[in-house]
Amino acid sequence: MAVFNLKVNKKNVQVDVDPSTPMLWVLRDHLDLVGTKYGCGIAQCGACTIHLDGFAVRSCITFVDSVGDKEITTIEGLSENGDHPVQEAWMEHDVPQCGYCQAGQIMNAAAFLKSNPHPGDEEIETAMNGNICRCGTYTRIKAAIKTAANS
Amino acid sequence: MTIVKTKIDRRSFFKSSVLAGGGMLLGFNWLASACSAEASKTLTMPDEWFEINGFLKIGENGVVTIMSPNPEIGQNVKTSMPMIVAEELDVDWAKVIVEQAHLNTDIFTRQLAGGSQSIRQSWPGLRMAGATARMMLITAAAQKWNVPVEEITTDAGVIHHKNSGKKAGYGEVASAAAKIPVPEEVKLKDVKDFKIIGTSRKNVDGHKIVTGQPLFGLDYKKEGMLVAMIVHPPAFGMKLKSFDATEVKSMPGIKDVFSIKTYNDDYKLQWTDGTSFTELVAIVGNTTWEVMNAKLMLNVEWEAIPTAEKSDLSGLESTSEHNAKMAEMGNKPGTEVRKDGNPEDAFKNAAKVVERIYTAPHQAHNTMEPMNFFADVTDTNAVLFGPIQTPEVMEKTLSARLGLPLENIDIQMSRMGGGFGRRLYGHFMVEAALISQKMKAPVKLIYSREDDMTYGIYRPAYHALYRAALDENNNLTGFHVRMGGIPDSPLHANRFPAGAVDNYLAERWTINSNISVGAFRAPGSNFNAVAEQSFLDEVAEAAGKDPIQFRLDLLKRAKENPVGERNDYDADRYAGVLEMIREKSGWETGSAGKNRGVAAYFCHNSYVANVVDIALDGDTPVIEKVYAAIDCGIVVNPDAAVNMTEGSIVDGIGHAMYSAITFNNGQPQQENFDTYRLIRHAESPKSIEVHFVENEIDPTGLGEPPYPPVMGALANALYKATGKRYYHQPFVNNTFDV
Repeated sequence: MAVFNLKVNKKNVQVDVDPSTPMLWVLRDHLDLVGTKYGCGIAQCGACTIHLDGFAVRSCITFVDSVGDKEITTIEGLSENGDHPVQEAWMEHDVPQCGYCQAGQIMNAAAFLKSNPHPGDEEIETAMNGNICRCGTYTRIKAAIKTAANS
Repeated sequence: MTIVKTKIDRRSFFKSSVLAGGGMLLGFNWLASACSAEASKTLTMPDEWFEINGFLKIGENGVVTIMSPNPEIGQNVKTSMPMIVAEELDVDWAKVIVEQAHLNTDIFTRQLAGGSQSIRQSWPGLRMAGATARMMLITAAAQKWNVPVEEITTDAGVIHHKNSGKKAGYGEVASAAAKIPVPEEVKLKDVKDFKIIGTSRKNVDGHKIVTGQPLFGLDYKKEGMLVAMIVHPPAFGMKLKSFDATEVKSMPGIKDVFSIKTYNDDYKLQWTDGTSFTELVAIVGNTTWEVMNAKLMLNVEWEAIPTAEKSDLSGLESTSEHNAKMAEMGNKPGTEVRKDGNPEDAFKNAAKVVERIYTAPHQAHNTMEPMNFFADVTDTNAVLFGPIQTPEVMEKTLSARLGLPLENIDIQMSRMGGGFGRRLYGHFMVEAALISQKMKAPVKLIYSREDDMTYGIYRPAYHALYRAALDENNNLTGFHVRMGGIPDSPLHANRFPAGAVDNYLAERWTINSNISVGAFRAPGSNFNAVAEQSFLDEVAEAAGKDPIQFRLDLLKRAKENPVGERNDYDADRYAGVLEMIREKSGWETGSAGKNRGVAAYFCHNSYVANVVDIALDGDTPVIEKVYAAIDCGIVVNPDAAVNMTEGSIVDGIGHAMYSAITFNNGQPQQENFDTYRLIRHAESPKSIEVHFVENEIDPTGLGEPPYPPVMGALANALYKATGKRYYHQPFVNNTFDV
């Protein structure tokens, strides 16, 4: 076990965990931030996507001892009141079905739009291809990303 | 206007009228509640709630809480079921809070997510619950104002008496209404007067989902809760021999390691219990990561189960063996299920015979949220929380296994990260309960993705032989289907084209297996539709007929002069969706230069037709557009219905194209999403257009019906694009070289 000082959603927090613990489980089990979801544990589904210094990473393979002083943002910290343009677009298009993968989809889309504010269809598909939605909401996700890009 | 007897479960009214007799303050669980976005911004909580009946309570300020009785697996019933109550109650949707009900058989009936039946079967009860409450409210107002009930009208939660100009909000009379006797009969609205049903309302959990609030079973947490995982046999046909936990027990955070027996040997399994692995090793610890690490280090020995009872196949089965055995069974007569006319003669005298074989593999449900459940079991009580499609049946299983009376078991339902049939089978609830019982502590059981995929209740593997006889004028004179699977036959002998062909033969066969299988979105239909609709496309081609007109001609025959008496479908409604898809897709005028395929299917009481348009990018098929025409009766929440249809289309294309689980010596060969392929963004259709037939028929299913037919339309479009027919799923295993 070791103590790590982390910056999560603009707050300084301290956890005492095994250094090999993925951020996914640090967030969920130790910091009670359960919006970040477990889907596969091997970076294949994207449900656990968070931001490290604004870049989308898979928290299931991001180990706590590799984070250092980078800023961690989770779905709970993406906006103050759930009013990030991507979250609002998701609501407008009523994207979710079961909803389980959507935090990861939103985090991936938000980081993507920062790097590419006005993407084309193929760019959206490529950027989002690592995020699985088992309910098949891909067409709405694409529409919501376009709405967010235009807002 | 329809007048109905208030025959629905009167216990729900009885119980609540006792409760509300004193106008008592009822508890309110904000965490379990949800509401529309506008409600979340404007609503203030009332000081008092008055329970009018088991489905709803009204605050003194007019805010209404409506219970959502059924499990929510992403089919959006948590929004659409309360909408139906709100409609008959005649209340402003922006003043409605939705609360997920616990399992409560005193109040609710059929709290089950499955068979696309939630809306269909609850429709009368939900309407009656709303209408009865409204009647009690206006009766209370009539008594207060001393005017006849008949002169009172309501509008969006406000009661009016036109002659006197009096009006009152529901909240003002809620206290009095709670004491009004339940009316013997109530009036239901005419469909034309609906204000909420038939209008799009957003998912009541939408804001919580996009902000990452706790909703799912896996998100649940309780003070002192431990985390548990199970270790199951690596192969079907194997069982636990021994394990050595010495080392693991000393690992950090690990509390205990022990074996559990999910079901006792003398226990008669219920249909929802299904599992092949009844003895497991449980590892319990403080945190998920610690338990996951311990799981990797555990030494377990497994042994093969003697195979005497499973004579069809070896004890440790392989997909190659499955395929060989299915081919053998498909090649000999099966059990006759339906025979019309004289099929033997029809085939003997045919000018042309088309004969084809179709297959589909086992598939894993792969809900994005892996199996999990929370259990807190004491000597006298059990509280369980989590994702389950069949809480009522599982409560009986838990009662038997834990030795607790039903009334001492409280099952609370979380939102589910997908179901697709997998969570009809709740063995994981029993596992969680047994672990909690042993630990004398609250426990959350979590399956890893690998556990989830390799400890499945899979979609069976299927095989179908189809034959069609055409006479010299290209009339379909004989039809023969022989279908089987491991271990179930998907045959629906009385569905189309049964009833439309003079000489018809349907046969079934099965092969025993020790691999656990169960319902998977549109069971049986999810294979039938692909095979049958691909086959009909080939038969139409052999007959030189347009594939839509070919089907319509058969349906005309089935309507005007049906063969046999037991035909499961309504030929008019079936033809209706085909005509609609022909028009909406511009089939007759806009098909030139397009690679398009059509299919239509009836299942779960609804009718769906699809047209799929495909382009080729090199040798990769690109799905440019999918059209859907659906007849599922009244559509409660149109945009949500479109969403579910779009999802079904993506899901159907994905599973037909990419997904399979295979076995080698009993061991699943795919464990995670690196080897099990699910459809992704770039592979999904570029555009989907959904149309609903407008009618006033009571709603039928929608969770499953749009899933099967698109696979047939896909296969037929692929043929147009590549010149090759696709008989064996997943289609991606065929090459797409043009």
